[in-house]
Amino acid sequence: MEDIFVLAEHRQGELRDITFEMLTKGKAMAEETGTSLAAVLLGHGVGKMAEQLKDKANRVILVEDPRLETYNSEAYERVLAELLEGENPRLLLIGHTAFGMDLAPSLATRIRVPIATDCIDVTIRDGEVRATRQVYGGKLNVEVRLKPAPQSVITIRPASFTVEEYSLTGEIVTVASPMEEEIVSKRFVEYVEAAAGEVDITQANILVSVGRGIKDQDNIPMVKELADALGAALSCSRPVVDKKWLPKERQVGTSGKTVKPKVYIAIGISGAFQHVAGMKGSGTIIAINKDPKAPIFSVAHYGIVGDLFKIVPALKEKVKEVFA
Amino acid sequence: MDIVVCVKRVPETAEADIVIDETGKDIDTRGLVFDINEWDNYAVEEAVLLKEKYGGSVTVVSMGPQESNETLRRALAMGADEAIRLTDPAFSGSDGYAIARILGEAIRPLAYDLILTGVQAEDDGYGQVGPTLAEMLGIGHAAVVNMIERIDGGRARIHRELEGGLEEVLDLELPAVLTIQSGINEPRYVSIMGIRRVAKKEIRVLGLADLALKEDETGEQGSKSVVERVFLPPAGEGAQMLEGSVESLAESVVSILKEKGGLA
Ligand SMILES: Cc1cc2nc3c(=O)[nH]c(=O)nc-3n(C[C@H](O)[C@H](O)[C@H](O)COP(=O)(O)OP(=O)(O)OC[C@H]3O[C@@H](n4cnc5c(N)ncnc54)[C@H](O)[C@@H]3O)c2cc1C
Repeated sequence: MEDIFVLAEHRQGELRDITFEMLTKGKAMAEETGTSLAAVLLGHGVGKMAEQLKDKANRVILVEDPRLETYNSEAYERVLAELLEGENPRLLLIGHTAFGMDLAPSLATRIRVPIATDCIDVTIRDGEVRATRQVYGGKLNVEVRLKPAPQSVITIRPASFTVEEYSLTGEIVTVASPMEEEIVSKRFVEYVEAAAGEVDITQANILVSVGRGIKDQDNIPMVKELADALGAALSCSRPVVDKKWLPKERQVGTSGKTVKPKVYIAIGISGAFQHVAGMKGSGTIIAINKDPKAPIFSVAHYGIVGDLFKIVPALKEKVKEVFA
Repeated sequence: MDIVVCVKRVPETAEADIVIDETGKDIDTRGLVFDINEWDNYAVEEAVLLKEKYGGSVTVVSMGPQESNETLRRALAMGADEAIRLTDPAFSGSDGYAIARILGEAIRPLAYDLILTGVQAEDDGYGQVGPTLAEMLGIGHAAVVNMIERIDGGRARIHRELEGGLEEVLDLELPAVLTIQSGINEPRYVSIMGIRRVAKKEIRVLGLADLALKEDETGEQGSKSVVERVFLPPAGEGAQMLEGSVESLAESVVSILKEKGGLA
């Protein structure tokens, strides 16, 4: 069987969006190649999720084992290696998330199949798997071809595909877990939630967001003044938090907060996908960047190419004058 | 605690104009400024901090041309003890898999309790090398590590960063490969003086013949994926670009704020 397999990603009892994004893509690929689509679900007590996946694939392959209750790469790899050998799918899609980044490369190496990571598109053409990746922070696309092999693994960047409504008559196929002994080399201990900060940027109507383009901590007050003048909250990209210029609660992006303000003003932010994932749902996005080719301009509604150190002070003055 | 850190010299492109080279498969790096890969900088710092806490040694390894010595010297100035550079014409065109294999063969004979890499490289962004390397060496791994809480009894207590501010705490047997996330520490400042101080330190250079690797196990032949072409991303819908003097730009933004932000 030449199936397309999608590895379902779930955490704390919930299937994650990336699962449905990959299934949408997987369905289209299965149709194009005249094959079928399977969702692979590993876990413990995940019957409810299997039901949720049922009409999204032709088959839901379910492996339940107490050792799969929380994600453990070692356990996942063992189960998947066995499963893939028996099922021999053409292609396995895994999310390019903290989960997939941990699992996919070592899995592919273990089962000796080609892999391409962080892909924004994938096709099977003339029997060959081709994928599009973004490199240099989203400034360049690369088309890669995987060497011929019976199976391949592709990790898919979140939000690359829009979830579509469809309904397949899937069946749930339960497969016994091949694991015999306990995994001792790696043990899950617990989850820790980020401490809530003083400011909740997810509640702001307007966000003034600053990136590495601000160059120095001493320049942060300039942006803060603009935010204050607008009655907006101040948010930022990751490097600003990494450098401790602003606290973590202000970070927008995959590993930070997802925000949907009416207006999002991105200042000196390049537009890496991990940032964009957190803010692309904003009503109106205005980007200020000196680089006309910055990827942020492809998600922004309005763009200004220029030096933030000239534009921000002028904007602040104007705002004070008009909205005072 | 003997720690090996894999580091890469990469061009800074966030603010640069990217030009595709004549092969159509890469960019023209002439005129670009290079530096240590952002994530690797945190990995080197973490290794040096661990050495300061638990003793042992730090060895930095880089695959790349002569210029990669700059990156290795920078790491030595940060406190690494030894440096190895891997270079051979046969290595060019290596994908993430082949890079991991080359690094793996260089690391295999070394003494190590821990191998650190960055989460990903700023240029090719594979995020693949660390976990692949672990599998090749037959040891465990954890990707996207943002805290090493403690190391004792041959095990490490670490935190992995997940999405949305969530972390996962793991207990992991050593040796293992950890891919280090930015923000795990504050990398120390490296002065020109500091780099000068280590200028005489030997950088061991190893090639294909030193690595017990066959030619077809490296480069494009040893890779699992092949770059067909690179191209500029399609412009998409694109933003409506505002133009004019700084004053008129400010006015335009204010009117957008009035209209879309509900500001009166
Ligand atoms: C697992 C993982 C999770 C991540 N999670 C997040 C996340 O949640 N949020 C996040 O933001 N990132 C995240 N990142 C990091 C992300 O990949 C990028 O590194 C980051 O978003 C870049 O931030 P930046 O745009 O501020 O900096 P850069 O990419 O360095 O961009 C700076 C921009 O400023 C512009 N600029 C410079 N000077 C000026 C000037 N004078 N005037 C105008 N413009 C100027 C430049 O042209 C450039 O476009 C994550 C990465 C990984 C691997």
